[in-house]
Amino acid sequence: MTIRQLAAAAIISASAVISASAQTPVKIGVLTDMSGTYSDLAGPGSVWSANKAVADFNATSKAVKAEVIFADHQNKGDIASGIARRWYDTENVNVVVDLVTSSTALAVNEIAKEKNKVALVSGAASSDITGSKCNANTLHWTYDTYALANGTGTAVVKTGGNTWFFITADYAFGQALERDTSAVVTANGGKVLGSVKHPFPAQDFSSFLLQAQSSGAKIIGLANAGADTTNAIKQASEFGIVQNGQNLAGLLVFISDVNALGLKTAQGLIFTEAWYWDLNDGNRAFAKEFAAANNGKHPTMVHAGVYSSVIHYLKAVEALNSAADGAATVAKMKATPTEDKLFGKGSVRADGRKIHDMYLFEVKKPEESKAPWDYYKLRATIPAAQAWRPLEQSACPLVKKS
Amino acid sequence: MFELLGVPPQALFGQLLLGLINGSFYAILSLGLAVIFGLLNIINFSHGAQYMMGAFVGWMLLNYAGVGYWAALILAPLLVGATGFIIERFLISRLYKLDHLYGLLLTFGLALIIQGIFRNQYGSSGLPYSIPVELSGGQNLGFMYLPNYRAWVVVASLTVCLATWLVIEKTRLGSYLRAATENPTLVGAFGVNVPRLITLTYGFGVALAAFAGVLAAPIYSVNPNMGADLIIVVFAVVVIGGMGSILGAILTGFGLGVVEGLTKVFYPEAAATVIFIIMIIVLLIKPQGLFGRAP
Repeated sequence: MTIRQLAAAAIISASAVISASAQTPVKIGVLTDMSGTYSDLAGPGSVWSANKAVADFNATSKAVKAEVIFADHQNKGDIASGIARRWYDTENVNVVVDLVTSSTALAVNEIAKEKNKVALVSGAASSDITGSKCNANTLHWTYDTYALANGTGTAVVKTGGNTWFFITADYAFGQALERDTSAVVTANGGKVLGSVKHPFPAQDFSSFLLQAQSSGAKIIGLANAGADTTNAIKQASEFGIVQNGQNLAGLLVFISDVNALGLKTAQGLIFTEAWYWDLNDGNRAFAKEFAAANNGKHPTMVHAGVYSSVIHYLKAVEALNSAADGAATVAKMKATPTEDKLFGKGSVRADGRKIHDMYLFEVKKPEESKAPWDYYKLRATIPAAQAWRPLEQSACPLVKKS
Repeated sequence: MFELLGVPPQALFGQLLLGLINGSFYAILSLGLAVIFGLLNIINFSHGAQYMMGAFVGWMLLNYAGVGYWAALILAPLLVGATGFIIERFLISRLYKLDHLYGLLLTFGLALIIQGIFRNQYGSSGLPYSIPVELSGGQNLGFMYLPNYRAWVVVASLTVCLATWLVIEKTRLGSYLRAATENPTLVGAFGVNVPRLITLTYGFGVALAAFAGVLAAPIYSVNPNMGADLIIVVFAVVVIGGMGSILGAILTGFGLGVVEGLTKVFYPEAAATVIFIIMIIVLLIKPQGLFGRAP
């Protein structure tokens, strides 16, 4: 390098430092499923939501200069790790958001800790993210397997569904969901008669449904997600499962799944979610903008979670005037109460769990639905204090045991 | 109740039957692949995308034109088959002089493009498509509840497979096809239009995939990835049966469906792997496939 080039480089880096002191630069990496089975419930919609959060934040504050990039983790832990490492190491990404499958979230949260960056999980479900695998650099935002199991499991057992058989996706998420739901069922006096683990993703569920049918369980719990769940529900109706007196409990159902099934097949399903677009005016306004930008699709709770987590992250960066120290940023996020237009007021716990109300929804009958995407009836609101795993049961080392 | 290998025999019969039903899809799809490979020497990696297109065209016919299931079962394969003509005429036909690898790359790239277009337009979570009223409901067979539609799938698939096999093995047109596979130059010298024969064959193979797609639409989620998930298994089926062997593709398709069905009972975690384990064993013992001729 010649002296002239050196001088030029010095000037450029110096000017970068000067502009940085005026506005804290932040690079947000949306790592999500852009092309696979979960790309409707997260994917491009999550990227849009992150950008929307940045735009809304910039409207009130000029303290942060945020840039959003994205990549496809293809729902594979190794691919997610590779991208996260590259982003953190060489592309100055400060925070990775979304992470749709538990396998990718559990891989990236380790890397965030190793590099002292931040991971904000919205799409993934495993309650281990804030349990045994928790760390000081990761927050779990939207929902988790404990809250799903707790909401749906309790409601179903209380209305008489006391014997269960699980059809479980054979990876981290499905196993966690089955484990957490089994615990809830047993705690409420119900019984688990058996389970079958299917490869992920699967097309044909007839064989598993037949096994569930012969178990004689009153409730068939679907511990899977996305196309696996819709395929299972579709085929259950074909095999007359419900007509013969058994009921399905979709443990993780997104509004995109209900849309794919159609109300005729999905009606009557009961499940737990963190967010629904038609709950209040703020949500409806967000959904309207979202739909206009995304081919008419309406946002899922994962999209809303990405928005909410990015807003809270930017507030913490503004307060600290820096995004360099991941653990410090996460500590600040835990210390500050959360507030945004989609989730209202809430908080982040010591174990990294974001706390807000959860909702028990029922899918409307076709004649009850008045407009496209008008799908849910609110059955019950599960208050934040009851929705999540109590801290004293947490296996997370960050939680001080008294 | 007595048990067979730890499973009640009634459950076992049920699973065998379900395996046969899944095998129907493998059989139609691997048949199409085998026909295309046998004549064109092209490994058609866009077969899964064409299966998906069949299901989507069925959905479009219903939602945009009000055309029901039965008409779609004929129309969708014709429409998708026509796209096959175009692909063969303008793209694949330029690659016959080159290595197999180029055909594979071309069709694989086409598959990615087709899936991408459909994903952009319709999203990945799928579209609803109902079972036709004539076939809703089911029969209680004593050992299981068999939905009428699944029974229809087996009948339709067996009929199509048998008809295809008869056309290729027993008719004059079939004899031209087989002759053109052996020695295209000589067959051309007898006045047979070999390039047209090849275009028709490719279109026919693609139409078979689309037919399977329409069959699948009421029971599987109609989504852009439905073919990508299935096609790898179907390729394993073709390899096990013997590349290019028509009868091999049909029999192996049904057979492996049954094997997979049984795996779902005894060790469900391995249901996605078992076909590939069989493929490895077959390749080690009989590299040309169970029904393939030694080169």
